[in-house]
Formats: sequence, C-alpha cells, structure tokens
Amino acid sequence: MPKKSARDRMSNEVNAGSMADIAFLLLIFFLVTTTIAEDKGILAKLPPWSEDEPDITKLKKRNVYSVLVNADDQLLVRGELTGINDLKENTKEFISNPAGRPDMAEKPTKAIVSLKHDRGTKYNTYLNVYNELQAAYSELRNDLAERKYGKLYEYCDREQRKIIRDAIPLIISEAEPSSFGEEN
Amino acid sequence: MAKFSRKRGKDSPAISTASLPDIIFMLLFFFMVVTVMRDATIMVDVVTPKATELDKLEKKSLVNYIYVGRPKEKYQKQAGNNARMQLGDKFAQLSEIPLFLEKHKVKIPEGQRGGIKTSLRVDSDVTMGIVSDIKTALRKAGQLLINYSAKPKTE
Repeated sequence: MPKKSARDRMSNEVNAGSMADIAFLLLIFFLVTTTIAEDKGILAKLPPWSEDEPDITKLKKRNVYSVLVNADDQLLVRGELTGINDLKENTKEFISNPAGRPDMAEKPTKAIVSLKHDRGTKYNTYLNVYNELQAAYSELRNDLAERKYGKLYEYCDREQRKIIRDAIPLIISEAEPSSFGEEN
Repeated sequence: MAKFSRKRGKDSPAISTASLPDIIFMLLFFFMVVTVMRDATIMVDVVTPKATELDKLEKKSLVNYIYVGRPKEKYQKQAGNNARMQLGDKFAQLSEIPLFLEKHKVKIPEGQRGGIKTSLRVDSDVTMGIVSDIKTALRKAGQLLINYSAKPKTE
C-alpha cells in the first residue's frame, strides 16, 4: 500500500518541458510552409461580358473623358498629350466641373471615363493610369464626405458611403485594346 | 552531532514550466489564423508596380491567384522567355482559366461565392496584351471582382 501510493503520487507529475518542444516543432512547421503574403492591391469590378462593345456614340461628347495610352506609354487625354502627374487633377476637374464649362461633365452622375490602351502598353503604365483615375474619384468622394458629414469617406457608415457613391459613381469604361505595339 | 537536514525544495525548480507550451500555442494559433498555406511555388518573376489606392484583401480563402511574368531561370527551358501565366502551381493557357476558377469555387460554401476575388499578380514590365486576354477570360467566366496586386508607394 505505501508503494502504490508513492507510485500514484509520482504519475501525477507530468514533465511539461517536452510539451514545449512539440509546440515548437509545430510552430516551425507553420513558419516554414506558410507566408504572410503582401495582399494589397487596387480593387476593380469588371463589367459583365457581352458580345457587343459598349456603345459610346449615344452619349453626349461632353460627358465622356477619353484616356488613351499607346504602346510607348504616352497618355492622350481628350486629344491632348498629358503627363501622368496631371491626370488626376484633370480628371477631378472634368467630373466635378466646378466652373460649369460646357465641354465638361454635366454632373458627376453622368461623367464617364473611357480608358483605352494598347496591347503593347506596359502593365506598370496601365496600373499607374488606373491608380490616378481611382485617386481622382477617391479625392472627390472624400471632399464630398467632408462637406456632407464632416469626416473622410472611409469613416462614414454604410448608408452614408452609398449616398456618396451614388452622387459620384465610378464609371470607367474600358475598350478593346488596339494592337500596334509589340507584346512580350 | 547536529542533524544536517537537507532543506527540501531548495534544488527543485521554483518556476513551473507548464505555461511555456501555452505561450507557444498562442504564437502557433496566430500563425495558423493569419497565414495561408502556399500551395504553389511561384515560377515566374513578379515585381508588382507601386500604387496609392490600395485595399487590403481580406478573407484569403476567398482569393485565387493568377501570376503573370517572365519564367524564372530554371523554368525558362520548358516555358520559354516570354511572359507566361501561372494558374495555381503550373503554367497554363487562357483556356484553362474557367476550370481553374471552378476548382477554386467548389471549395467555397455557397453563400460566400459572391465574394470570391481574383488577385492578379502581374510583373511591371509585362505588356497589356496578355493581361487584357486574362481579363476577358475572367469576364466570360463570370468572375468580375479582381484585384491588381501592387506595393504601396513610399513617397
């Protein structure tokens, strides 16, 4: 009986040091096989597929803001050569049309940005252009949010954001790319 | 003679080591939750462009990845020198995109399928021809939410 009780007492003390080793092994396994990948990017929603191209001719010319990028990564905005740094301000001016010019958008809900690139355009250029267009919309939306609700667009709640999105809808129409340039 | 009684408990460890594995488990759970098992080694060189309008990709399980770029050195013999598209863990042609999307879709429960995004990891120097074709293929397959992967611009 005393022997039994001594053995019982001993079996209660489990050495916890090896548990840590097992946990370390699992941890190293996970560290090696997984990655915290960089997962940031520009979100875009593609238009649904339809056999025919979007018909731009029905729209008023003043509401369409055409941005053309050629195979040499040059920008032609509404027929004028523009630098990438000026694109955002130009786009903002077109959409909001603060001076009420007759050759710019009637109102932001009717403003359409038409983007056309070449198959030979570098992806870097294309993404920069897309980024600047997105930035233009984002800044206009922020301005509106500040005026209406006193805070930035991202801090507004769902209904407020929907109202702002409806006031300044993001409409970027992308046409079939031309194929003048060389592809790689 | 005075009895020299060994003071019991002086040699035994005062610190209980039972909580050490708990700390490690906490780290382990953190990694299990935050990361995703990379089932594919990237066989193309991809240096994404820099941009400012970045959104985080939440719910990595709902994201499938398409890599486009020049094949790495050791794959250049089988895949050539031009920009190629990698779906999952192998090089693929445009026609294989619907199958790739479908395979990923079946792993996702019905209700969450509307949130499936495709992350396009494209190298900066790739020309837009192949990217346009991929976007058209995605549109035809009904996958409209895409994300152009990019690095933040550090001004």
